[in-house]
Amino acid sequence: MSVTVRIPTILRTYTDGRSEVPAEGTTLAEVIADLEKNHAGIAARVLDDAGKLRRFVNVYVNDDDVRFEQGLETATPDGAGVSIIPAVAGG
Amino acid sequence: MAVQTVANTADATGSTTPAPDLGPAAALSCRECGERFPLGPIFACVSCFGPLEVAYELPAGGPEELRRRIEAGPKNIWRYAPLLPVPADVAGKPSLNPGFTQLVQADNLARELGVTGGLYIKDDSGNPTHSFKDRVVAIAVEAARAFGFTTLSCSSTGNLAGAVGAAAARAGFRSCVFIPHDLEQGKVVMAAVYGGELVGIEGTYDDVNRFCSELIGDPLGEGWGFVNVNLRPYYGEGSKTLAYEICEQLGWRLPDQIVIPIASGSQLTKIDKGLQELIKLGLVEDRPYKIFGAQAEGCSPVSAAYKAGHDVVRPVKPDTIAKSLAIGNPADGPYVLDIARRTGGAVEDVTDGQIVDAIKLLARTEGIFAETAGGVTVGVTRKLIENGVLDPALTTVVLNTGDGLKTLDAVAPTSGPTATIRPSLEAFRAAGLATD
Repeated sequence: MSVTVRIPTILRTYTDGRSEVPAEGTTLAEVIADLEKNHAGIAARVLDDAGKLRRFVNVYVNDDDVRFEQGLETATPDGAGVSIIPAVAGG
Repeated sequence: MAVQTVANTADATGSTTPAPDLGPAAALSCRECGERFPLGPIFACVSCFGPLEVAYELPAGGPEELRRRIEAGPKNIWRYAPLLPVPADVAGKPSLNPGFTQLVQADNLARELGVTGGLYIKDDSGNPTHSFKDRVVAIAVEAARAFGFTTLSCSSTGNLAGAVGAAAARAGFRSCVFIPHDLEQGKVVMAAVYGGELVGIEGTYDDVNRFCSELIGDPLGEGWGFVNVNLRPYYGEGSKTLAYEICEQLGWRLPDQIVIPIASGSQLTKIDKGLQELIKLGLVEDRPYKIFGAQAEGCSPVSAAYKAGHDVVRPVKPDTIAKSLAIGNPADGPYVLDIARRTGGAVEDVTDGQIVDAIKLLARTEGIFAETAGGVTVGVTRKLIENGVLDPALTTVVLNTGDGLKTLDAVAPTSGPTATIRPSLEAFRAAGLATD
């Protein structure tokens, strides 16, 4: 499955400044592994030492926060948009 | 204090940020891993995504000199300028000058709740746009000036939108703020009246927040200062002034217990930071205090995590009348848990019915009309006392963060005339309203 990943500013050093990059995978875990193949170092920024999503990063597959879905095992359908966003809240 | 120079000194647009004049602010520091960054419009750590906060060069001189300096300052938050990320001449700049709101000694409410150790309401409905958000926005405006932004923006549940609109009007910025499309009418009007752009987003606050976070990283958001996103490290510092004022108004003394509402949790963590700074500076005696967090049952992810013994917060979909606290994914939730546990406090929640009852209780006993968030703190205080968690023999401060006029809908169904009579003495007598 081919998806488009939106990259936050603080990770664009890994994507040559690009704000969106393509990736392959049927789950979020596979998408992150594919990102790592093409943009070495990016996975360690998004995942902690135990391989889990860092607690201050939000990831959305289309409009769904993956923490409401299956986390790293959330399905990533063909053509999906994946957004990686630093956690921020307070209005 | 040495500031580590790191490669990432560029702002969101990729341009280099000039050294800003933000007074005693020395650097930004990651709350998770401690990595330090030069002052700039950035909010997340490049290594671990942790939130950044301001680190300071503490003022020189002893506590007596600092206390004199503060007490000689204006009756607003700028009296604490030596402890905030603002230039030394901040008091002379165009600002709404929020702060130094009343600390009301609530003896009537204390009797009702059985508090014997002294009960106080820190009533932030007295700020220029009637909520505590004027404090945080005033600090963010100074950061926006320092970084050369011309548009002020935010994602908001209402209070912040009004505060940004008003502060932008006074300070000469363009404003464009984003809110969920279904907010209370009072808050929509308050956000719109100052003349800036007001955009309703079809979704929840968390959806609005996500949208704004993505706009920051896009060329469309270039030149925009989002007070609670890319200016967040500075903005958050405004909440420390609540801690400073409470202690100063108590005669430079720490309260024993404070009850604070939780939306993102930022305010609670910054009040704790403010108290710690006062201790470190020797402005108050170093002794224990307890911090209690208050949520609405319909959006209580931090309370749920506290009660379950977790140190992470599972997001929820909010459903409560306390819309200013309706943040289902509270970024500072883990820190709230740490602080509640470290200080011996707790996190509790109340139902919408209990919120309305508490709004009316505070109004009936002290003449303070709180917004729903104030109903949450008063309601939680009552519940904590009833459950034996909050000690009624200790000095307790309860926060009211906003004005009930903004959330009239919450109490309107159960508030109205107690009688309707013809304009005659006979009708008055018949209604039984005469005093004995």
